[in-house]
Amino acid sequence: MKTRFHIGKYWLYVPLVLMAVFYLLPLYVMIITGFKEFSEIDLKTMWNLPHGIAFDNYIEAYSKLAPSLWNSFAMVIPAAVISSALGSLNGYVLAKWKFRGADVIFPFILFGMFIPYQSILIPLVQFMNLVGIKGLPGLALAHIIYGIPITTLTFRNYYASLPQELLEAAKIDGADMLGIYRHILLPISMPSFVVVLIWQFTSAWNDFLFAVVLTGNTDWPITVALNNMAGSQIISWNVQMAGSLLAALPTLLVYIFLGRYFLRGLLAGSLKG
Amino acid sequence: MFRDKDRFLNVLLISPSILAVLIFIYAFIAWSVRVSLSKWKGLSADYTWNGLNNYFDLFADPRFQIDIRNTLIFTGVFVLGSILLGFILAVMLDQGLKGEAFFRSLFLFPMAISYIVTGVVWRWLMNPASGTRTSGLNLLFNNIGLDFLANQWHTTPTLGIAAIALAAIWQMSGYTMALYLAGLRAIPEELKEAARIDGATELQIYRHIMLPLLAPVTLSALIILGHMSLKVFDLIVAIAGKQLPLDVPAIYMWQITFDGLFYGRGAAVGILLLISIAVLIIPYIRYTLKTEAEQ
Repeated sequence: MKTRFHIGKYWLYVPLVLMAVFYLLPLYVMIITGFKEFSEIDLKTMWNLPHGIAFDNYIEAYSKLAPSLWNSFAMVIPAAVISSALGSLNGYVLAKWKFRGADVIFPFILFGMFIPYQSILIPLVQFMNLVGIKGLPGLALAHIIYGIPITTLTFRNYYASLPQELLEAAKIDGADMLGIYRHILLPISMPSFVVVLIWQFTSAWNDFLFAVVLTGNTDWPITVALNNMAGSQIISWNVQMAGSLLAALPTLLVYIFLGRYFLRGLLAGSLKG
Repeated sequence: MFRDKDRFLNVLLISPSILAVLIFIYAFIAWSVRVSLSKWKGLSADYTWNGLNNYFDLFADPRFQIDIRNTLIFTGVFVLGSILLGFILAVMLDQGLKGEAFFRSLFLFPMAISYIVTGVVWRWLMNPASGTRTSGLNLLFNNIGLDFLANQWHTTPTLGIAAIALAAIWQMSGYTMALYLAGLRAIPEELKEAARIDGATELQIYRHIMLPLLAPVTLSALIILGHMSLKVFDLIVAIAGKQLPLDVPAIYMWQITFDGLFYGRGAAVGILLLISIAVLIIPYIRYTLKTEAEQ
């Protein structure tokens, strides 16, 4: 019955395209600036397309940022993997093997997702100094622990959605708690793992606050290095733009190829997953 | 239903995480509270009792008053802007147009980028220089004949923080769009059809049927965005560094603690932030878990 032709709805492309331009503007500037030659660089022509394709700016930015890009990878990958694994186990217990008080504990874990880290920052730095975990390992540890609430939430919601019969049948067959996890739940948890890994990868990669207080100039991750680069008077804006793109590229690529999972993490983060 | 060896295994499995949360969140909060009640100022820890003096001094500090004003302006512009824009985008994308997925991904991509990257790029887009040194968005406005839009952005007196909120809207409005879109999709099509049959216009349908049904989404968006704006930090640092006119509590805390070594007052700022966020978030968590239990 939906035959009426909405001539009225095609005008919507006008605002949509305008909005698309708005969202793309910063990306456009980042990309075209990166491809210009040093001789073309002028703030007055920053919106003009480059005359050719040059890599001067990217090479310059990469030579300055390479160590911190690798620092970020070295810190983010273990942080994402470990907090996801913990979240999966926690979610399994909280959804399927509840102990007395489990439902009381859960909201206290959740609250940790929202706290302003300024309220734990001084003890965190003191603690890391006390136990002697310095620099990148300390930063990774912080991301693992402060990632527990969201990873636990995501897995708990997923496991809670699975029918109890799935477990009961396995129990009758003689499987124990860990056996059920390993042979039944783990194989069907991969989509949730992707969601959580992406989420943790993105938030640890993009973090600045923990990084700036827990690392020093030898082990800065990319956010701190980029911010310092932008704050220095010596490095010109074109190199900063190219550097920004390098810093954004890993999470941007993850988003482009795995956007669906990214969105699910996003909605989980607002407790709407 | 528990086998003997599984009886404690569940507790055993989860206890490292619970212990970590207990220490790194709750014990650390308590520790911060204790620091905020101390005279600690300087490199070595000093837990001499100071009562609530750090809090009183904070509210008497003109800098903290600027922080509160900036936070209010930022929150107002950022939350309203993101909700309005996100809602409008979601409604437009809900019309079943071709290319919907493309636009949706495009509006959401800034979420994948760090505030630092956003900040570094926007500081050049919002370059306030004028005359022959005009660049960034101001230059673009001049080029396309919208000169009247050119302005001083974040260097505008008093309201400069609103320009920062603009960059934050760019980053976060896709998120509200996603929230609203999920909400719109959850509304059964029959409801709209029934209203159409009753002669309601599309606008009336959105105004009188969709909007009330989307109230829980709006509430979530308000709380999530509101709590984000209380925490705003990296974006401002990347756009403007640590400038007094654009100061917010998070920057104040960072600077007074780690540059000024005034730990007592830094901790007080942290705890005040925590309280203001807890007031928003705790009822939200309770509400969410309650609705979940009812389903």
